[in-house]
Amino acid sequence: MTLLEPADVPLAGISAPIVAAAVLLAAIAIFSYVMLRRIQLLRAVLPDPRFSEIGRRIWLAIVYGFGQARQPRYLGAGIMHILLFAGFVILSLRSLTLIGRGFSSGFHLPLMTGSVGFAYEVLKDYVVLMVLVVCIVAMVRRAVFKPARYQHTGTSKGHGAEAYVILGMVSALMITDMIYDGSALAVGGHTSGAALFPAASLGAAFMGAASQSTLSVLHVAGYWAHILVFFTLLNYLPISKHFHVITAIPNVFFAKLNKGGIKPVRWGVDDWMELEECGVGRFEQFTWKHVLDFYSCADCGRCSDNCPAATVGRALSPRMISIKARDYVYEHYPVFSANKDPDDKPFTGNIVTEQEIWACTTCGACEQECPIFIEYIDKIVDMRRYLVEQGEMPVSLQKPLQQIKKKGNAYGATKTKRAEWTKALEGIQVKELQPGDATDTLFFVDSCGSFDPRIQEISKSFARILHRSGVEFGILGKDETDSGNEIRRLGEEGLFEQVSSKNIEAFQAREFREIVAFDPHAFNVIRNDYPVKFPVTHASQMLARFLEQGRITLKGNYLAGRLVTYHDPCYLGRHNGVYNEPRAVLGRIPGMHLREMHRSFTRSFCCSGGGPLLWYENEEEKERMGERRVKMAAEIGAQVIVTACPFCLINLEDAVKTTGNEGKIEVIDLVELVDRYLA
Amino acid sequence: MDIIVCVKRVPDTSEADLAIDKGGKDIQKGGLDYDINDWDRFAIEEAVLIKEKTGGKVTVVTVGDEDAEEMLREGLARGADEAFLLWDESFEGSDGYATAHILAAFLKQRSYDLVLTGTLADDDCGGQFGGMLAAMLGVPVATLVHKIEVKNGSITVRRELEAGLSERLDIDLPAVVSVATGINEPRFVSIRAVRKVASIEIPTVDRGELGLDEADVGSAGAKVEIEKVFLPPEGEGAEIIAGSPADAAARLAEILKEKGGIA
Repeated sequence: MTLLEPADVPLAGISAPIVAAAVLLAAIAIFSYVMLRRIQLLRAVLPDPRFSEIGRRIWLAIVYGFGQARQPRYLGAGIMHILLFAGFVILSLRSLTLIGRGFSSGFHLPLMTGSVGFAYEVLKDYVVLMVLVVCIVAMVRRAVFKPARYQHTGTSKGHGAEAYVILGMVSALMITDMIYDGSALAVGGHTSGAALFPAASLGAAFMGAASQSTLSVLHVAGYWAHILVFFTLLNYLPISKHFHVITAIPNVFFAKLNKGGIKPVRWGVDDWMELEECGVGRFEQFTWKHVLDFYSCADCGRCSDNCPAATVGRALSPRMISIKARDYVYEHYPVFSANKDPDDKPFTGNIVTEQEIWACTTCGACEQECPIFIEYIDKIVDMRRYLVEQGEMPVSLQKPLQQIKKKGNAYGATKTKRAEWTKALEGIQVKELQPGDATDTLFFVDSCGSFDPRIQEISKSFARILHRSGVEFGILGKDETDSGNEIRRLGEEGLFEQVSSKNIEAFQAREFREIVAFDPHAFNVIRNDYPVKFPVTHASQMLARFLEQGRITLKGNYLAGRLVTYHDPCYLGRHNGVYNEPRAVLGRIPGMHLREMHRSFTRSFCCSGGGPLLWYENEEEKERMGERRVKMAAEIGAQVIVTACPFCLINLEDAVKTTGNEGKIEVIDLVELVDRYLA
Repeated sequence: MDIIVCVKRVPDTSEADLAIDKGGKDIQKGGLDYDINDWDRFAIEEAVLIKEKTGGKVTVVTVGDEDAEEMLREGLARGADEAFLLWDESFEGSDGYATAHILAAFLKQRSYDLVLTGTLADDDCGGQFGGMLAAMLGVPVATLVHKIEVKNGSITVRRELEAGLSERLDIDLPAVVSVATGINEPRFVSIRAVRKVASIEIPTVDRGELGLDEADVGSAGAKVEIEKVFLPPEGEGAEIIAGSPADAAARLAEILKEKGGIA
């Protein structure tokens, strides 16, 4: 016994292939039109060169797009997503087959015959059941367990319902497939049994009692329901938060490749100073890739879950920037009506508030976490550039920036005193390199190492180590200017250009083999932002090398058996991938007991930022980020926190005091620790 | 409303090691960084805020040589429409009185509704300029103003008094108002904002154009003569507490208890 196939059953007197063609054409037409509207906007906004290094991009798309490599960072949800995505890929062949079956009952894709076709049928049936189970689990998870990261903050309309719509539709696809195949099985078309076709068998079991005429109706109805749901789903994607189903892999392909660096004010413009407007004030001043980011956000909340600003109660939640921006697009660039004029109010400062924009420390936790490489730092910096142009800048940051402008450092100190700290070194003469001088290693001390009394201790330790290593080295002294990492990230591009060009000039006037900095912020900006490239190393890398080469050896018992943990600085780890060298150095310290915090390596937790951010006062936060971090160290029983960043050191030392851990936890820079063990 | 803001360029002495000049009548200013007097930043911001509400024009003016041009340019970047540099070699050595004289001459040549300035200058802290200027112009004055409301032909201001008291005055225009810091939040001036106003010309106005006698300006026209500038002698009873922070804190608590500072 077999059932009549859908292609052979006219609908309301119209032959099925004609209906199938009409549905297909309508669906494709609508989908194409919607996509065209979405792409129109991408073409209307600002340029962004994302077609370089195609090989690397393809690799990213394979590993992180198809390979979903970031998904398991959240293990449960990640595995569910991987299963759903695998199901989506496998069942896409099934969907194409089913569309074809509307035209001809025996339709199959090329090569999908014989044993290959049969094997696929079996696989598909397992996958259908798997996807259905995952959808049900996902819905239960959302409805009953309500993971906190799905909650929206702020005034957004909320998109929670959309998740159920999509999960419901995917479930409906699976169920209609089970009805379509199950009805055929129930009639007795297949004899191979439940082990091979579990989904169809399950469907058949539900319909077992039905008469043959009911089954034939179900067979055809199941088919058409499947087709209708399929095309509805397809067209729902680009008007909902599920656009990522289409855009995620392209978004990964077009990911930012120069991690750690900041985009120029505007791509393709030689002199940004000549621009009428600067930064992103209006929505249309984002680049097309940034708009693609907005399209692609799946609202999973992983960015905000890891955002230190969000954690301590600041106004920022990175994903809300994406969600609000996409809401803005869908409202102002609707699919079926004319584009709306932008409101009188600019995007920046209204849709995304100033509090959100200034709350960011640019630690990069959000970007590290996003499974599809959505960027936040460049957007925030672009919005800051606009605000700075309007004269908006948090009061607490104005003074340090003014000082940098006038004196080249945020401490308000005279630049002639930049080398003053070296006088306290016993038996070591640190050479202040004059223009024309040559040396092996140029030690870039930066403002913090020159003027902050606490950070001067690291400068001294590092000078002692360099001296001991036998490497010839020198400093720029009065010709050194603030490195400018935070200046650029605060949106004051003009001042960044001013300080960076002074340093570049000073570098170019001297001969050296490499630059070394113990401040990861200085290391990062010289490495990733300076328009002229110089070989630059972080102190931790140099220490690892010295130990490897036997240039220095370590001896002593400073730690005296205390439990040590290592805090990864954002600008060393996440932005520059230096995770192993500091740990290699720690491994060489006699009697080291190291235990990692739960949040370490790529998931390290920002201590609240460096450079002028040391002066930044935030009114919304309920707790300092550094305090949160010290608690994490206390949780694992650490008695010593080693870090490799002077600002982490300052923030964490303060936090040790304010959390009542003074005397219980010591914070020390890696450089200082090595200095304590110099044999 | 047309507003003229009088500003002053002062040395930043906050982080500097001050030394007395050879003549003994001034500090050594050679190595110092100069910037706009902080109080005057608030005056410019207030003028621009009023202009943004009521329309009109904001003019920034200072008595000083070409080194003061950068400060005026920053005033333009803050939103002022024009700037003037009043300078003549004979202006050298002007005190508050002579400076008020020069600016009064400038103001008499122009039309304005309101003159704004900072109540004090960070360098000599004379606090005389606003009052003297108003007297010379024959217009009302209010000092230490922390709020300005613009009415039709008049303004209502609030003055900051001691012990948290506030005084409200209704003043007819034109008038001179010297503002307190904290009257507003001065905007941030980026490098680009200054670059954008780079093409605006800042005219220099000399003594001749102001119609002033040499005897009325500079050290000749000054009413204050500085006899001597010196570092305060170490007073009696001053004690620098040495030792570790813990010991120092204990000693400090002891002293406070001893002297009746804490019960």
